[in-house]
Amino acid sequence: MRRADCLELIYPEIEDKLVVTIMGACAQELYDLGHRENFFYLQHAMGLASSIGLGLANHLPHEKVIVLDGDGSALMNLGTFTTLARYRPRNFLHIIFDNGSLLSTGGFESHTTSGVTDLAAIARGAGIEHAASVASPMAFGEAFVEALERDDLGVIVARVDAVGPDNYGMDFALPENAFRFKRCVQERRAATGWTPPTQPGHASSA
Amino acid sequence: MTVSYENSKAVFDGIKAAGIRSISALPETWLGLLLQRAEDDPEVDLIQVAKEEEAVGVAAGAYFAGEPHILLMQNHGFFAAMNGIISLAQLYSVPLCMLIAVRGHWGEPYPWHTRGGIVTEGLLQALNIPYHHARDPALVAKEIAEAYTLSQSSLSPVALLLTRDLMEV
Repeated sequence: MRRADCLELIYPEIEDKLVVTIMGACAQELYDLGHRENFFYLQHAMGLASSIGLGLANHLPHEKVIVLDGDGSALMNLGTFTTLARYRPRNFLHIIFDNGSLLSTGGFESHTTSGVTDLAAIARGAGIEHAASVASPMAFGEAFVEALERDDLGVIVARVDAVGPDNYGMDFALPENAFRFKRCVQERRAATGWTPPTQPGHASSA
Repeated sequence: MTVSYENSKAVFDGIKAAGIRSISALPETWLGLLLQRAEDDPEVDLIQVAKEEEAVGVAAGAYFAGEPHILLMQNHGFFAAMNGIISLAQLYSVPLCMLIAVRGHWGEPYPWHTRGGIVTEGLLQALNIPYHHARDPALVAKEIAEAYTLSQSSLSPVALLLTRDLMEV
């Protein structure tokens, strides 16, 4: 199973959700399907995509937050499973594409390659009740639909091939992605009747 | 030496007076009473992380959501958060208002804190993170508001250092 096929499968469902991806191939494959202002690509800081998702989900109960993670990134922030389990944001779906490889940083084998380390078992051990392992597009699609309908914190570990796109590039700078993503999130929040808090200093003249 | 109850309250009141209701933290001794207040206050949303770098992600998420947010950590936690500070906050121009308990400096009796205390300011300088020492409970609310304001206007990490003078009695 290829990650790109999984992304294509769920794209119609996630194109209106708040999506945070990890770096490299995963970010590029989503971007290549069609960028949306509600997508944020974390092109570095490996491990923190799920933490960003927690910060979003915690303050935006009206949104569904989807994090597209990888085995290499998840292994760099295993503590995130315990933090997510403790606060259990019900509007948070954590998808981990496990290709057993640090593909975007040179293609070295990750710790999950051996078949010994089971990320879904780690998530369950951390206290996340709903953690599925899938290895076929059909099973992935079913697990995704179930997780969305369940309305609870969920993890899906999808075993995928260690392949990525041939070309990399996006038509905006990294801070621009952050600025536009923030604007998009806040506009959607404002549509719920929420008004942004007054920032210190904004009331007085510069 | 014990942690100052009054001054922990002054810091907590300062956070609230700055309009901040969202906090991420990793507990440590000097922050204990402060975090207890945060946990007991129904107005405050506290996320305790397993490692400080997570808090940088949580803070970015809160920022995107439009929620004023502050991070509480020890200086050794600041070291643990460093890649997130550089490769998320600084790379993407995401503001961070960090309150950092500075252990291991002037008057430090515990050997295990000292190496981190000695290098803290040098690391903040290396990362171009503006910092200020909070020593006086009468000023700390103003200093928190100023740190938050600068983080937002500069879209950068800013550190307010909680010192022994402030946190211990």
